[in-house]
Amino acid sequence: MSTSTYKRFEDPESGSLPDKMTVYQECLQAFNASPIKAKKCRALLSRLLRLLYNGETFQKTEATNLFFSVSKLFHNADPSLRQLGYLAIKELCSISDDVLMITASIMKDIQGAEPVFKPDAIRTLSRVLDGSTIHAAERAMRNCIVDSNQAVCSAALVSTYHMLPVARDVVRRWANEAQEAISASKTLVRSPYTTHDNFGASARLPQSTYFHQYHALGLLYHLKKQDRMAMLKLIQQLTSRQSLQSSFAVLQLVRYVASMLQEDTSGQLAQQFWPLFNSWLNNKSEMVELDAAKVVLAPSSRFNQEQQLKAITTLQELLSVPRTVTRFSAVRLLSRVALADPEMVRACNSDLESLVNDPCRSISTYAITTLLKTGNAQSVDRLVKTIAGFMGDISDEFKVVVVEAVRTLTLKFPEKHSSLLVFLGDALRDEGGYNFKNSVIEAIFDIVKFVPDAREAALELFCEFIEDCEYTELAVRVLHLLGEYGPKAKKPSLYVRHIYNRVVLENSIVRSSAVIALSKFALVGDKQLTASIRILLQRCLQDVDDEVRDRTALSLRLVEGAELKSSTRARALLQPETRFSLAALEQQLCRYVRSKDKTSFSQAFDIKVVPRHTEEEILATEYKAKIAVEDDMASMSTQAKMETITSKNEAHILSTEGGRSSSKPVAASDLAARSNLLQQQYSQELSGIDEFQDYGLLLHSSGVVELTERETEFIVTAVKHVFKEHIVIQYNVENTLKDIQVEDVTVMTQLDTDDYKEETAVPAAMLKPDSSVCVYVSFSRPADHRMVLATMTNSLAYVSKDVDESTGEPASDDEGFPDEYQIEDLAITPGDFVTPCFTGSFTSSFDGLNNEEVAVYNLGRSEENPLAKVVKRLSQSMSMTPLEGSDMVDSSASHTLKLFGKSINGDKVAALVKLVSSSKGVMMKTQVRSSDSELAQMLANQWE
Amino acid sequence: MGNVFSSIFSKLWGGSKEIRILILGLDGAGKTTILYKMQLGEVVKTKPTIGFNVETLKYKNISINMWDLGGQTSIRPYWRCYYADTAAVIFVVDSTDKDRLDVAKKELHTMLKEDELSDSALLVFANKQDQPGAMTASEVSKALGLAELKDRSWSIVASSAVKGEGLTEGLDWLIDVIREEQEL
Repeated sequence: MSTSTYKRFEDPESGSLPDKMTVYQECLQAFNASPIKAKKCRALLSRLLRLLYNGETFQKTEATNLFFSVSKLFHNADPSLRQLGYLAIKELCSISDDVLMITASIMKDIQGAEPVFKPDAIRTLSRVLDGSTIHAAERAMRNCIVDSNQAVCSAALVSTYHMLPVARDVVRRWANEAQEAISASKTLVRSPYTTHDNFGASARLPQSTYFHQYHALGLLYHLKKQDRMAMLKLIQQLTSRQSLQSSFAVLQLVRYVASMLQEDTSGQLAQQFWPLFNSWLNNKSEMVELDAAKVVLAPSSRFNQEQQLKAITTLQELLSVPRTVTRFSAVRLLSRVALADPEMVRACNSDLESLVNDPCRSISTYAITTLLKTGNAQSVDRLVKTIAGFMGDISDEFKVVVVEAVRTLTLKFPEKHSSLLVFLGDALRDEGGYNFKNSVIEAIFDIVKFVPDAREAALELFCEFIEDCEYTELAVRVLHLLGEYGPKAKKPSLYVRHIYNRVVLENSIVRSSAVIALSKFALVGDKQLTASIRILLQRCLQDVDDEVRDRTALSLRLVEGAELKSSTRARALLQPETRFSLAALEQQLCRYVRSKDKTSFSQAFDIKVVPRHTEEEILATEYKAKIAVEDDMASMSTQAKMETITSKNEAHILSTEGGRSSSKPVAASDLAARSNLLQQQYSQELSGIDEFQDYGLLLHSSGVVELTERETEFIVTAVKHVFKEHIVIQYNVENTLKDIQVEDVTVMTQLDTDDYKEETAVPAAMLKPDSSVCVYVSFSRPADHRMVLATMTNSLAYVSKDVDESTGEPASDDEGFPDEYQIEDLAITPGDFVTPCFTGSFTSSFDGLNNEEVAVYNLGRSEENPLAKVVKRLSQSMSMTPLEGSDMVDSSASHTLKLFGKSINGDKVAALVKLVSSSKGVMMKTQVRSSDSELAQMLANQWE
Repeated sequence: MGNVFSSIFSKLWGGSKEIRILILGLDGAGKTTILYKMQLGEVVKTKPTIGFNVETLKYKNISINMWDLGGQTSIRPYWRCYYADTAAVIFVVDSTDKDRLDVAKKELHTMLKEDELSDSALLVFANKQDQPGAMTASEVSKALGLAELKDRSWSIVASSAVKGEGLTEGLDWLIDVIREEQEL
């Protein structure tokens, strides 16, 4: 090997590794030599280690040869050679045979007095030992765990982790030593190495870092985690007399307690642990404080509001510490809390505002988005101004975050649209990449769709934007939107010029979409305008591009047809009143195309089975999804749990989507699609059942109602499906018993009214252990399609059989015995006849409905009914869309909820709910207006 | 600094050469006890050796690396990994364990057939002479078939590791032979 290549791999930066076989040969030679040249061997060992650490590996025989040759170095007393030897053996252990040969030598070092390589020896030992040889080392390991040298103690504790899977029972006996280690104080031994000048002045070395406490705690946790009582005792011991000095140990303890809280089903533990958290929230270490706050403020936390406020106070103090990382974690935590509960974070607003100009841009972005979430209507203007000031300084990614926050603000405070629109307009004019522009466009789209007052101003912004838009995709989308909403504006002709300019100036893709947009203006009904549009379109017929000419020709024909009024079809094509549910359409088409039965292709795809939605319905689901995304981000963890429960129904729908939703946080469109799909899924399942074939279109399906506790033998949930003349109750029965199989499962129902007549029941023939089935019961609705409320008592009836564990089947001669199982009552509520709907202006819709019904209730003590919960419950049970951000509760004293929906008969219904919380309890005044007086009455009085 | 001088001196006095000696034998023969009796001069409490013990001792200006390899059946196959560069083998026999002398004989002869050990001297310790019923050195010699060995310097010494008898005598012989052969 020439000098140059030899030197090359000496240079750590070069990245090239030494040749494997050369190192191998040199190692064997040098290690077997006599006498041993320690320095040379050290160099070779480090070369070997570099290979191993870079993932190089040796054949088994080579590794074994290396292992034995390294073992021969053990008669040399050089401490650093010994250390390197241990490192090499540790790596070789996994690929070499017969590693047991080194045991006696390691044990000698462990029992010896030399502190330099003792920890290395201990760590290597844990790799060498197996279940049969661990007994030989037991005494030595115990001694090391209680050794007064911190390095030795830590090494022994950490090695023990590795021995746990090998010999759990042996390690279990070391719990006492670990316990002793955690409370004993250890010293860092001053070896010649640590006190060397190069290492730093020895005076600065602390007596002990107490790091062994962290290691000992970890071991104790692994030994005791299955035993809840032992864990409680351990926690109590460790916290009673400040015995933990290491912040890392305390931090770890906080996390262990957090995991216990999560598994705790009783809900008692949180209050029991509160004194601990209280002290942790004032710990000397910032990371302990942060982690304690994180636990207290977790979405599923069972700490009460006062306690959570205390955690907020801690975070507030952390916002002004010098350490950037701490500030960042604190502000991030606050922003997460603000998603779920803006009220709580509001106390920190002044501190957050000072962070807006933080030199760290990540911090300032989080600060602003948090402020935007906590901001009330009054502060929005000021905040938006502040952000506008520094938009220029931040990168596109952060700009997107800010724009997203502004977008949710517009949904929350529609009345603030003017200042928000100005901000978005400025953002649109700014320089920026595609992603940024796209998010701004999306935000303005939302304004156009959901804030009618701001629609024209927003459309004007778009007109300006397409004048100078460098992204074809965005221009196309904006043109489509202009085509959709422009004709509805006060002066449609205003937009025509802007759109036509595109036809003259842009590329063919933009031109063709501009043509379609133009054609929609011809239907406004303004004769003069229609004439001009036709002239403009005729000019487009001369276009050089095929697509543009084709579209123009088509549009012209349609416009002519629509004008003659002879064809409603042309009009329907240009301005459809209802649209297909795209998700359902996709699903149906996929099903059709993938059908295994070739004969199904002899029939054309039946478009009628795809449900259609009116524009209002589409908007309502979209609006709901957009608001829901926010909530979901806040309760990501709880949502994950919920999903496993609800997803049983949805699982196979989602699988057809190719796991799209699993790769990213649930996107708004996915959520909307999912609720549609669920409905679609229900209707498909029901139409597949012979008894329900001729029931017609499924009008509404309720949410899932739980009829049992979650921990019972049989878990029963129900879904109410309303048809035109029938109502079908779907009971989902899950058998949680391991050894019982039930057959002939039916639900016996008893109604408190005669208006519903039980028609048929579809029982389930068999319910295996650990599985679930659906049972249906159908009723006829009153002949005049009235909406009648009712309560039904339910009980599960079945024949139960014991399952033989070996076969998993019941004995063949077992006839079983009939049994009944009482489940909770189910009510048919007004909400079952209402679907959520969206309206741009609640007030005008509310005023436009004539039948009003008012009711006043006292809901009981305010502690048990925080307004946020009441609001959520109300919108769910009434099955209506909360509008104008009124589902976000800003104050704990009073709130106004605005709900809008549509009955299955097509009657609109709006509800204005005023809530006041006082010492007397929560007072609620519901004011329901509807075109159907009966419906209004039912909805208003449903809490009697 | 001290190391530098001592290494210079050792070079001057011809002690620069380290020699390797293996201590082998069946399990429980007393190898580890012999090793530490020779090195420390005292009897240590031992456990069955899993692997090997290695100690360096200075004897008559020669530094000797003594490798005491475990004698359990499972470890015997690995003896060969340590044969290379070995000046002499000390084979320890438990003189009271008549039943396993056959096994010991087989192991000894298999070992001596190895090429790497063709030049090594052989010293046999007929150990545990302090215990009643121990065979004499000549009985052991006969049982092991030492007389059949050719082209090898060998000797057998009756020893008692716990009392320290015979060890120096055996080692003296061994060093003399090695000096002669390697012309140290």
